[in-house]
Amino acid sequence: MPKPMFLSPARHGFRFNWAGRIGLAIVLLWGVIALVGPLITPYPVGEIVDWDYFGPMSQKFLLGTDYLGRDMLSRILMGARYTVGISLAAVTIACSVGVVLGMIAAVLGGIFDMGLSRLLDAINGIPGLLFGLVVVAAVGSSLTVLILTLAAIYMPGAYRFARSLAVNVNTMDFVTVARARGERTPYLIAREIFPNILGPVLADLGVRFVFIVLVLSGLSFLGLGVQPPNADWGALVRENIGALSFGAPAVVFPSLAIASLTISMNLFIDNMPTRIRDRSA
Amino acid sequence: MQASLIPYILVARRLGIALITLIIVSFAVFFATDLLPGDVAEILLGQAATPEAVAGLREAMGLNQPAFLRFLGWLGGLFTGDLGTSYVNQMPVADLIGDRLANSLKLAGVTSAVSVPLALFLGITAAMWRGSVYDRLVTALTITVISVPEFMVATLAVLIFAVWLKWLPALSFGAEVGTFWALLKAYTMPVITLTFVVSAQMIRMTRAALIETIDTPYVEMARLKGAGRIRQVLRHALPNALGPIANAMALSLSYLVGGVIIVETIFNYPGVAKLMVDAVATRDLPLIQSCAMIFCVSYLTLITLADLVAILSNPRLRR
Repeated sequence: MPKPMFLSPARHGFRFNWAGRIGLAIVLLWGVIALVGPLITPYPVGEIVDWDYFGPMSQKFLLGTDYLGRDMLSRILMGARYTVGISLAAVTIACSVGVVLGMIAAVLGGIFDMGLSRLLDAINGIPGLLFGLVVVAAVGSSLTVLILTLAAIYMPGAYRFARSLAVNVNTMDFVTVARARGERTPYLIAREIFPNILGPVLADLGVRFVFIVLVLSGLSFLGLGVQPPNADWGALVRENIGALSFGAPAVVFPSLAIASLTISMNLFIDNMPTRIRDRSA
Repeated sequence: MQASLIPYILVARRLGIALITLIIVSFAVFFATDLLPGDVAEILLGQAATPEAVAGLREAMGLNQPAFLRFLGWLGGLFTGDLGTSYVNQMPVADLIGDRLANSLKLAGVTSAVSVPLALFLGITAAMWRGSVYDRLVTALTITVISVPEFMVATLAVLIFAVWLKWLPALSFGAEVGTFWALLKAYTMPVITLTFVVSAQMIRMTRAALIETIDTPYVEMARLKGAGRIRQVLRHALPNALGPIANAMALSLSYLVGGVIIVETIFNYPGVAKLMVDAVATRDLPLIQSCAMIFCVSYLTLITLADLVAILSNPRLRR
């Protein structure tokens, strides 16, 4: 029996090309590693297992050892938990707050919209890394502070994006009809507007996730992010920067880990089915 | 309203927004650093301080005044060039920053001088031969550079130029920059790194701006009348894309602000960013505040400039 073509995802513009699939696969792989990290590390994360430091790649230590002789593979697998976890938490907060505020601003309009837009534009005028530096200098670094700071840096962008999409949807007939029916703002936002901006908002979430990973790694690299003995990938690069002059695996692989995550995410977003990504209004 | 006034009104509006932003930013910078847990006077005097000494210092530093008055005083000081005194070594912050600022500006200047022409060339040629292998190569490369952290570009540059090729010294910024050759060596690595970071953005945006213009009907008209590819792009498309491209340049240069922080730290370059990162380690608040303001002001200037260029170059608003 022939497959009913009209139901296949490809026909409806939901096709994924191979580059997007590879990107998605790598991102998901790191996500799984972040979840099951401690179960699959070959050595305990904090334990010094080699007398030599900055050891080369070997049968025993697949990615070499770090500046204290700890197994690099274990530390990278565990670092995924911090890099992916913190970034995911931050991007979730940033986007949910930003998108909800953006939709409210678009639906209500008027002074609320204008005031909020101006204020958030102003916050957007502070470079991200610098904002992080100042906050960490003021209140010190902890997981909560990091997540909230990163979320605060990228919330205005998410707001602006969602608002511009929601403003378009807001002028559609079905929203006018709903309003004429006497529906209230929460209903309009949740049932009429949100489903219609979901696709682009998800793509925006991915882009923002990459930005957050980059700023988090930058902060950790400066020693202001995740604090020892824990380490995300940025902190791993910082710890082992001494090995740079002889190019040991300890400094190369955490960098590669970051790059693989961010590049695959960008690859995935760029090759997302256009029906999802560009469905605005 | 008279149409000829519209650009001026838009410009004035944009400048007004920049001013409001600046005030909010300075507010944020002041109060973020003011939230420091613990009393500054106690931290300065250490654990052995008597309560009287702490009270005296608080009085002398004006910490007993309401926060808002201190904010106004600090803001007034910024405008008159009085940046306060460093907590750590009791030197005026303005003196500490002076030379460092010149160094950072030199770095930024050299980087811009290298990256703007480079990015223009690559962006325009990539747009000209859109879809070719060359274009795809440039696009892939820029996406890669944008997707990785600045410190990774820097470490890669060190690995390639210092470790494998052994052309340049690795992580040290030599204090002896007497000869021209030594100076060149000292600047090369930070400039290469920053150029990569900034150019990647510029190339992408230049290419996008130019392609948008190439897709317009009047360029198609030029193609139909038989103009060659180079003439189509340089004579017909480019002049109209100059506004967006200049906008892209200014916007990308604002990436210097984040890049400089990482690059100065890695290469131990004696600039404002290194000063600030060190100040964060010692919690030297007046120094952090001043450095943060310098960065915010340069960032704001660049993004405001980008918007102004976009407004003024829009032909629909002219006349």
